[in-house]
Amino acid sequence: MPSGGEARAVLRLRNITKRFGPLTANDAITFDLREGEVIALLGENGAGKTTLMNILFGHYMADAGEIEAFGHILPPGNPRAALEAGVGMVHQHFTLADNLSVLENIILGTEPLWRLGSGRAAARARIEQLSRDFGLAVHSDAKAGTLSVGERQRVEILKALYRDARVLILDEPTAVLTPQETDDLFATLRKAVARGLSIIFISHKMHEVLAISSRVLVLRHGRLVGEVATAETDRHQLAHMMVGSEIRAPEVGGAAPGRVLLRLRDVSTVPVGNAVGLRSLSLDLRAGQITGLAGVSGNGQTALADLIAGEIVPAAGAMEIGGREAKGWTPKAALEAGIGRIPEDRHRTGTVADFSLAENAVLEAYEKAPFSRRGWFDWQAVDRHTRSIIERYDVRCPGPDARIRLLSGGNMQKLILGRVLEAEPAIILAVQPVRGLDIGAVTYVQNRLIEAREAGAAVLLISEDLDEILTLADVIHVISEGRLSPAFARGSKSPAELGVWMAGQGFEEGGHAA
Amino acid sequence: MRLEPVADAGWARTLGLPAVALGGTVLIAMALSLVAGSNPFAVLGLIVKGAVGSKFALLETLNRATPLIFTGLAVAVAFRAKLWNIGAEAQLYMGALLVVVLGTGLLPLPSALLIPILMGTAIVGGAMLLLGPAWLKTRLGVDEVVTTLLLNFVMILFVSLLLEGPMKDPMGMGWPKSERLLAEARLPRIVDGLRLHWGFGLALICALLVWVMQTRTTLGYEIRAVGLNRRAASFAGIPVTGVVIKTALISGGLAGLAGFSEVAGLKGSLTLDLSPGFGYTGIIVAMLALLNPLGVVVSALFVAGIFVGADSMSRAAAVPTYIADILLASALLLMVLAIMLTRFRVVRG
Repeated sequence: MPSGGEARAVLRLRNITKRFGPLTANDAITFDLREGEVIALLGENGAGKTTLMNILFGHYMADAGEIEAFGHILPPGNPRAALEAGVGMVHQHFTLADNLSVLENIILGTEPLWRLGSGRAAARARIEQLSRDFGLAVHSDAKAGTLSVGERQRVEILKALYRDARVLILDEPTAVLTPQETDDLFATLRKAVARGLSIIFISHKMHEVLAISSRVLVLRHGRLVGEVATAETDRHQLAHMMVGSEIRAPEVGGAAPGRVLLRLRDVSTVPVGNAVGLRSLSLDLRAGQITGLAGVSGNGQTALADLIAGEIVPAAGAMEIGGREAKGWTPKAALEAGIGRIPEDRHRTGTVADFSLAENAVLEAYEKAPFSRRGWFDWQAVDRHTRSIIERYDVRCPGPDARIRLLSGGNMQKLILGRVLEAEPAIILAVQPVRGLDIGAVTYVQNRLIEAREAGAAVLLISEDLDEILTLADVIHVISEGRLSPAFARGSKSPAELGVWMAGQGFEEGGHAA
Repeated sequence: MRLEPVADAGWARTLGLPAVALGGTVLIAMALSLVAGSNPFAVLGLIVKGAVGSKFALLETLNRATPLIFTGLAVAVAFRAKLWNIGAEAQLYMGALLVVVLGTGLLPLPSALLIPILMGTAIVGGAMLLLGPAWLKTRLGVDEVVTTLLLNFVMILFVSLLLEGPMKDPMGMGWPKSERLLAEARLPRIVDGLRLHWGFGLALICALLVWVMQTRTTLGYEIRAVGLNRRAASFAGIPVTGVVIKTALISGGLAGLAGFSEVAGLKGSLTLDLSPGFGYTGIIVAMLALLNPLGVVVSALFVAGIFVGADSMSRAAAVPTYIADILLASALLLMVLAIMLTRFRVVRG
């Protein structure tokens, strides 16, 4: 009940504890969520944020502790109970059925099966009302499969609102959004709060936490290490609480660019499905230089990355590595040409989830000595190599024989980084190398890339995070619809000016004025 | 009830659950015997006695296990690479067919030459029969489950055509059966006077070789990588198509050897009942063994024991021999459940 100036608590978590084997993912976590507030759960990857929310939403059962929603204890391990109590979750990975329309996706599960279809008119009116009230523009008859990521998220939120959610949990909601979409999301959240909803916003991006929340709870190693009012804190303090030590942004000194190691001349590729192909693209990667590739997602970044990684071949144009034309271009040829590749999807492309760390560590070199000799596999050599990577790249893991699926994203990425850098590549292709990583791991990966540059490698950094490009890259290209902008030197263009290029303006058809 | 992944299964779970599955199978067998009106303990005792209770029974079980080890290995090798070879039956017949074509007089050679030649031919024959589906899978994305399964029927009808026609034994009293192999083409018995031939020894050697291949060689690493994550394997520069083709050759070759061993070791000629579904039972054998080549030997002995034991039991008790099929089916289903439970935990709620 409301008392004094304090709004009533809609959600109370008491001593929530969850262990996975030796790991304590949540250690006696206690907090309240009050009506009409946004609290942010801030923490590195693996700090226990997602586990906590999975317990709250009934996907996991806590080993100890209890959850009270609107005054009633939630039966543990029952997602329906959480839903019925008015707790709605918007997942990191969306859960829409692609072949159903937006309307069908939203009402799915709320109507008895035999009535599906009958209450549509009412449902449609209700959804339209909700989307007006909360500023969630969606087309209710569009198939979910055709929606952009931002639209899918809006549907997920509508789904929760349609079920009369009074508490919204958003797990890393901005990870997949453009800056504009993030602004729209925040506007929606503010409207929701104004109507008395309460929100738990999970993130590891501090500027977003500072922009949207009224209170910040910081998790570290499964424990609640701090609770501060957003108005009374700053990035510095939050970062300190999150990692338990000072974090320094990477410092990039002046570049000393050397010769061109990779040269693309008027290269085009065949578009695959809906993906954009390259259109007469020319690019030079120089030794000792980080080249940043900025652009809105889906403008040919994948094609360029696949081309350099050896997964596709140019349909037209020339590709030279170290002055020699690339022939018989395959992933293996790319590796042999000295290209180190950090793929975009570390779970599906970069690693074999059910392989051990050791087996993953030699994935790109397994057939070379000392790992293979005359067709025989040398497990001891593999084990030694893996231990050295674990030590030198600070991979936190149970050991080289543990399956890699048990590792957090950051540690997985460190192993991939070790695998790539230990081969001493002349050219490094890094696609979204820090996406989804916590601050500690981000800094680590970025510093290693800078070190590689200083050691003379040509680095191509492909990222949808403009801040990352602006921080790290010595020269920046913008890609739009498969075309490449001229090279812009560090500091020569403001984010707004790059944004104009990202929107596709300034390109000349069929080439550019490089 | 929901499933939660288990991070580390531990030894108790990994070994205990399959044991529970086997226990469950035994309970089902006893319940069924009761339904059939027999004393369940007596039936169980008769099955065990029929499988391993005498020298004769034991040798019969080992003989029956031999083709199952080959086909079980063929399936285990292929499934590791996620190459779903359902066609071990056809590959077995192809091996047997070539052995009979070459071994009934076409090559009058001494045993020391003839047996290796027939063995090699059976391997190549089985391998070639799986090469087509594997090639179609890698080039055109044709589902190998369909192609290998259907090839079983094609092959059996083809063999039937030959046995009713050009290959029919003129001295066979009109039965659809081939001429007998030359004495030089027959596999010797392991011990004189005992009905166990060297095919069994060959099967054990193959199991060991496959195990070494999977755990100690570069090819084994490639096969596992391709099976677990084709996308990552391809990205890392593993020649996925080549690995699938090599896997197909090994798998088909092993199934071809089953045909060689049955004809040259046991039957001496080719008939249409050479295999009572050894190719399909090989899938059960491989699954029960969790695709482990050494485990295949154990599970083949188990499966063969159930068949032989149930045959013998049904002669003594009023329980039909079909109980063997039910036993195997429940063993497989319970084992699949046990495997799932080693990776997931059931949580109430």
